[in-house]
Amino acid sequence: MNGMVTERNAAEALLKPEETISFALRALYSGYGYSQYKMRKFEEYDLYARNKDFLISDDIITFTDTGGKLMALKPDVTLSIVRAGRDHPGSVQKVYYNESVYRVSSRSGRFSELAQAGIECIGSIDDYCIAETLELAVRSLQSISPHCSLELSHLSLLSEALDALRVPDGTRQALLQCVEQKNLHELERLCAAAGADEAAVQRLKLLVRTAGSPERVLPLLRQLGIAPDAVAQLGRLCAVLVDAGLGKTLSLDFSIAGNQNYYNGVVFRGFLSGVPAAVLSGGQYDRLMQKFGRTDRAIGFAVYLDMLEHLSAPAAQYDADVLLLYAPDADLCALRREVSALAAQGLRVSAQQSEPEKFRCRKRMRFDGERVEVLE
Amino acid sequence: MSMLNIALPKGRLGEQVYGMFERAGFACPSIREENRKLIFENQALELRYFWAKPSDVAIYVERGAADIGVAGKDILLEYTPDVYEMLDLNVGKCRMAVAAKRDFRDDRQRTLRVATKFSRIAENYYAAQGREIDIIHLNGSIEIAPILGLSDVIVDIVETGKTLKENNLEVVETIFPISARLIVNKAGYAFQKERVEQVLQTLAAQMEEEA
Repeated sequence: MNGMVTERNAAEALLKPEETISFALRALYSGYGYSQYKMRKFEEYDLYARNKDFLISDDIITFTDTGGKLMALKPDVTLSIVRAGRDHPGSVQKVYYNESVYRVSSRSGRFSELAQAGIECIGSIDDYCIAETLELAVRSLQSISPHCSLELSHLSLLSEALDALRVPDGTRQALLQCVEQKNLHELERLCAAAGADEAAVQRLKLLVRTAGSPERVLPLLRQLGIAPDAVAQLGRLCAVLVDAGLGKTLSLDFSIAGNQNYYNGVVFRGFLSGVPAAVLSGGQYDRLMQKFGRTDRAIGFAVYLDMLEHLSAPAAQYDADVLLLYAPDADLCALRREVSALAAQGLRVSAQQSEPEKFRCRKRMRFDGERVEVLE
Repeated sequence: MSMLNIALPKGRLGEQVYGMFERAGFACPSIREENRKLIFENQALELRYFWAKPSDVAIYVERGAADIGVAGKDILLEYTPDVYEMLDLNVGKCRMAVAAKRDFRDDRQRTLRVATKFSRIAENYYAAQGREIDIIHLNGSIEIAPILGLSDVIVDIVETGKTLKENNLEVVETIFPISARLIVNKAGYAFQKERVEQVLQTLAAQMEEEA
């Protein structure tokens, strides 16, 4: 039994942090009744061309398949799941995925294969489903690092605050950008130029600038008087998370605008200390479902595993634990036995005839044909 | 509490902005010493300032090496970093403009040749007008492009207009006004909301008092 534990520890030590995290996330999601959803690496390009606004990046890798159809390497997972599914009124389908997506990396500016994990909860979504999704989002972050934060918003508040301004569509789009940047000076200028109602502008400014713990922010929202149903729902959801002992990681922030052609209701994103951008993002996407002619409602999130490289442990100090030097005429069977014996002790052994340049190891050994001696 | 990292643009604007931080109570006396150091700390206030190339400040903030930074609106519109733009500092004022030779006549039947350091800004500006353009990306001395016939117009920052005048050029159109903006890393804000807000609100109050 102890041998098995040691072997498992040794195997875990060989995994990259994102691989370990990916296993932890799978265990977390299956524990809550989510089943794994596997999919192809490519889809018809048309799927993405019709829903470009939903994608993080417009750039898609395309190719023509043998039948002459234009195909795309999948830049997103949710669209495929939504398109492939059917409505099941009265029930909820819960799936998780661990897939590669192909898009322009925000860091390198080049096409990359990016690892992504996440869940989708589709069907008759109620407050419990939303609360469970939020709980899984927080627990996903916590399984990576205890220093995490989930920022939560409700798009009904933002929509209602923007509607009250009665500004043209173009101005509304520019205002949404200001909201995402918490850019109140530009927001004020745009509203003044559009002749928006001053009281409505002040309400929007307060909403965008208000960020913090639910116990501090919820009373302020109630005073603001915007979207009371949404505020009440946020209150119920936050209460569940506080009851689950996750209140400390939760924060309300209404600068999360999302694309309102697809998203509605609760939207959120997750941060980890030490990673400069959001590593998790999600929300309700009933409007995306409607675009596919579906009546089911849906909520989900994605964890951007590629971002976790920022958390990687310091570079390994040694190329191997043991460098085992042997002569060209060494007995092969005897040499193999020595290497195998060292590896069985849990050591990383590199057998070489001569020491490679800039090689770093804890110990140097020489096999003289009969026995192994430790070198100084 | 950990250090709050603040990236300032090297040069006159950065010094002016540091003065604003100093007067608002976020001083770091070592920054005033004559030397070639680039990083300065005030352990008591847990602040760390560093000088960066103005066009790089947004990169330091977006990638989390700085929690707060100061960048011109021109840089923010050209590189569109994913950061919060939380305060207009109302200093470093100038404008982004289209300029051409004094005798320039715009022939709309031809593709307009535009020389600029700000390709994205120029592309967006002319795309909004449905105008076909040929962008010539240059890294400096943009003013000589129309003089030597390399371009019809330039899109560049204009402060006083003196350089344009001395090179027989003039502003044709103003694209947008520019000033220095205080930017904040989104993840940094998530974990240090109170401190960032305290810096912002103190700075804003100081600006109002001085106005």
